[in-house]
Amino acid sequence: MDNLLSMITFIPLLGAAILALFLRGEDEAAQKNAKWLALIATSITFLISIFLIAQFDPSDTGFQFVEEHAWLVGLTYKVGVDGISVLFVMLTTFLMPLTILACWGVTHRVKEYMIAFLVLETLMLGVFVALDLILFYLFFEGGLIPMFLIIGIWGGKERIYASFKFFLYTFFGSVLMLVAMIAMYVDAGTTDIPTLLAHNFGSDTFSLLGIQIVGGMQTLLWVAFFASFAVKMPMWPVHTWLPDAHVQAPTAGSVVLAAILLKMGGYGFLRFSLPMFPVASDLLAPLVLWLSAIAIVYTSLVALAQQDMKKLIAYSSVAHMGYVTAGIFAANQQGIDGAIFQMISHGFVSGALFLCVGVIYDRMHTRDIDAYGGLVTRMPAYALIFMLFTMANVGLPGTSGFVGEFLTLMGMFQANTWVAVVACTGVILSAGYALWLYRRVVMGDLIKESLRSITDMTRREKVIFAPLVAMTLLLGVYPSLVTDIIGPSVEALISDNRDAVAAWDGGTTAVADNTANVEAGH
Amino acid sequence: MTSADFSILLPEIILAIFAMAALLFAVYTGKDKTAPMMVWGTAGIFLILALYIGLNGEGANEAFGGLFRDDAFARFSKIVILISAAAVLVMSQDYMQKRDLLRFEYPLLVALAVVGMCVMVSAGDLIVLYMGLELQSLALYVVASLRRDSVKSTEAGLKYFVLGALSSGMLLYGASLTYGFSGTTEFAGIIEAASEGDMPLGLLFGLVFLISGLAFKVSAVPFHMWTPDVYEGAPTPITAFFATAPKMAAMALFARLMHDAFGAAPGDWGQIVALLAVASMFLGSVAAIGQRDIKRLMAYSSITHMGFALIGLASGTEFGVQAMLVYMAIYITMNVGTFAFILSMQRDGRVVTDITALNMYSKREPLKALAMLILLFSMAGVPPLVGFFGKFYVLRAAVDANMAWLAVAGVIASVIGAFYYLRIVYYMYFGEEGEALDGAMPAPQWALLMVAAAVMLLGVVNLFGIEGPAAAAAAALVH
Repeated sequence: MDNLLSMITFIPLLGAAILALFLRGEDEAAQKNAKWLALIATSITFLISIFLIAQFDPSDTGFQFVEEHAWLVGLTYKVGVDGISVLFVMLTTFLMPLTILACWGVTHRVKEYMIAFLVLETLMLGVFVALDLILFYLFFEGGLIPMFLIIGIWGGKERIYASFKFFLYTFFGSVLMLVAMIAMYVDAGTTDIPTLLAHNFGSDTFSLLGIQIVGGMQTLLWVAFFASFAVKMPMWPVHTWLPDAHVQAPTAGSVVLAAILLKMGGYGFLRFSLPMFPVASDLLAPLVLWLSAIAIVYTSLVALAQQDMKKLIAYSSVAHMGYVTAGIFAANQQGIDGAIFQMISHGFVSGALFLCVGVIYDRMHTRDIDAYGGLVTRMPAYALIFMLFTMANVGLPGTSGFVGEFLTLMGMFQANTWVAVVACTGVILSAGYALWLYRRVVMGDLIKESLRSITDMTRREKVIFAPLVAMTLLLGVYPSLVTDIIGPSVEALISDNRDAVAAWDGGTTAVADNTANVEAGH
Repeated sequence: MTSADFSILLPEIILAIFAMAALLFAVYTGKDKTAPMMVWGTAGIFLILALYIGLNGEGANEAFGGLFRDDAFARFSKIVILISAAAVLVMSQDYMQKRDLLRFEYPLLVALAVVGMCVMVSAGDLIVLYMGLELQSLALYVVASLRRDSVKSTEAGLKYFVLGALSSGMLLYGASLTYGFSGTTEFAGIIEAASEGDMPLGLLFGLVFLISGLAFKVSAVPFHMWTPDVYEGAPTPITAFFATAPKMAAMALFARLMHDAFGAAPGDWGQIVALLAVASMFLGSVAAIGQRDIKRLMAYSSITHMGFALIGLASGTEFGVQAMLVYMAIYITMNVGTFAFILSMQRDGRVVTDITALNMYSKREPLKALAMLILLFSMAGVPPLVGFFGKFYVLRAAVDANMAWLAVAGVIASVIGAFYYLRIVYYMYFGEEGEALDGAMPAPQWALLMVAAAVMLLGVVNLFGIEGPAAAAAAALVH
């Protein structure tokens, strides 16, 4: 199968096209057909992606399953995966059928809803497989359109504010990246990512508008990419769009947002910032590490004060992403392994937590923590599953959450002890807000009149959670499943990165001759 | 004057003769009763000529000793002008007929304006340039005030006329200065006098005045003031026409004058054009935020788009011209589609231009709303829609020419601009139910809307091969 990756990427889009062109009517039968078709399309995608992981060779650190076709203005349609991206592809294809199942209860404009999710899946998969800068940007940005519509059309009361904030925030971050990409194109003469990975971008210090820029062009490019990925991640202090978007998005939208869309930022750091601008990454790593530490502590504290369940989990997502960024910019094997592991694990755990909120929201139509209490008496199965994912969120050993946090903290510790110390307090705080949430919602006596008749999870809901439970536990007890695949690629990334940093002369040789550099590096 | 000269001018001659013959025909027969037929006939002639130019044109030819140039650049521009003019004519017929606006002069004036535009983009001499420009402008002044009994329409026409005359005056003054200091009106002679670094001061003044005059025609800030009023006041089909073909013609003329006559000194005009570009992008984006009237909004939107197209020109390179041409072609396609939709915005047959009237439009007309959604996101420059590639081309041209700051300014403006496109999406998709707009849409408008949206969506594959002709056109212009 020469075009396995293209098949995986575009089958959901094909499903969307079939839905858009051939499905008519708004009656119940048509709605059901739309849901089934979406479920089938996403399931087929997942089944085909199993071939991908089965044939993937972890020991090869280059790109595999590469396809290349000429495109416009010297751009290429080039896709491929390596150890870093393959698991994100798997994460996406794995979660999408569950997401579709999670919106089985939707009755408002079902056909459009399914189309939006299918288009979104194609765009998300494209981000992880693209091996051309502009192709990457196309998928990266294109995802905004369906997500904007998902929040705006099917969202809660404040959905308009949230959707505009989501769109404009992320759009602003990304366009700066576009300029940086064009500058890279002009500098290297290609948009081919494997070639760019081997290209040395200028790192000689020059001055721009009277400011000395240490690390030169690399620093400017790094900052432009950082603007985009930090917003997407999201990192403190540009995280404020996330709680709004999460709270207003429908359950399935929240799941996709937390489980997959947030991972694009981390993936971007690993694919672009670290390997392409090693000097700038090294120079600016302390900034990222401290921003991450602040994010972990600050957003954990904010999470403690939330009354809205979704908002609480959204803030906890920001905190967990803090471990990811810190792990990545610690730039050592444990840190990056841990960061990728944390992203995969967070994909399952936060997705499941949003689904947990969705389960009771569907019944009570409120996300207010005070409206609940004592659910365990009426919903034992729900209480069990919610507990498992609360524990995974806290990072209890035996769940996947533990491995990610432990590895990233170990990486951080080697890079900067104080950051690791501050970040460690986040582990305690996360136990605080997560357990407290669980106690207020599930434990205690069932005294609220409105909850008397609440029913436990249906079979469909249990089916959704079963794979997530399995993955969380499996990765918790057998983390090599992930680290064996990502290990060699991460190792290669780090050794290239170290070489480049060691080879850098501090940019000092060129400081004397500023004017020449300004011209050379714009 | 040989027959070879005339054969180069054949499309323009045919069009001019057609316009005059049709005028006589209409006067002596049914007058306005023939108008619908005339509209379709004129559109047909446009398409045939576009086809003729596309298939027959080859190489670079000069007529009348270099006064008139027929090269790949001119052909590319002419084809875009002719096709967009035909599209606008076709979609306006129903609208104008219902409002008793369809006079037989309308297609004829459009045909004459198009002759002017074709002359403009082929000009090889300042006099020819001015002739083409005035032929176009005079026809446009009249169509702007086509609705004689409406105060707004006549005001639009008058405003356009007065300001247009002013800009023509500036242009003429610039042309006379250029003539005075270079001793010739031919571009081929001017380029020898105007070399980088040692350009005579008078010639530089001439250049500035020429640019000011042209900036008015492309409605670049600070010469944009007429645009919102004229767009709002003129009947909608006329607005659609203003937003498409004349913009392409003026932009092509701008590029031709800069490169053919002042191509040896790109540093001297590049800065000015860059400034116009930045001002247009920002003013267009910011001012559109407050607009509720979709026609005014489109006016500011086109100011923004002209700013982006000017980035390509400002870079002063061959790739810059190519980027500008691609951008203009995409811009015109988007505008044709959008105006086809705006033409259909009516309630009980009365025209509605308030964007709040689109409340929950998607619920009643999902397909049309989706097409409009695609066009709006494309105009905002969100990938994977074609509008993004237009922006990508011009930004690359800017970075290529060491003007990264211009690219940064451009993307910031595009984020600001995204807001007002999103707001229309918001009304169509997230708003509250309001009074419904009429659902019916005449077939030509519907077809153009759908085609434009499909182009935006499918163009991602290869931009319908527009890249090659645009590159050839740019290569013909920039030596």
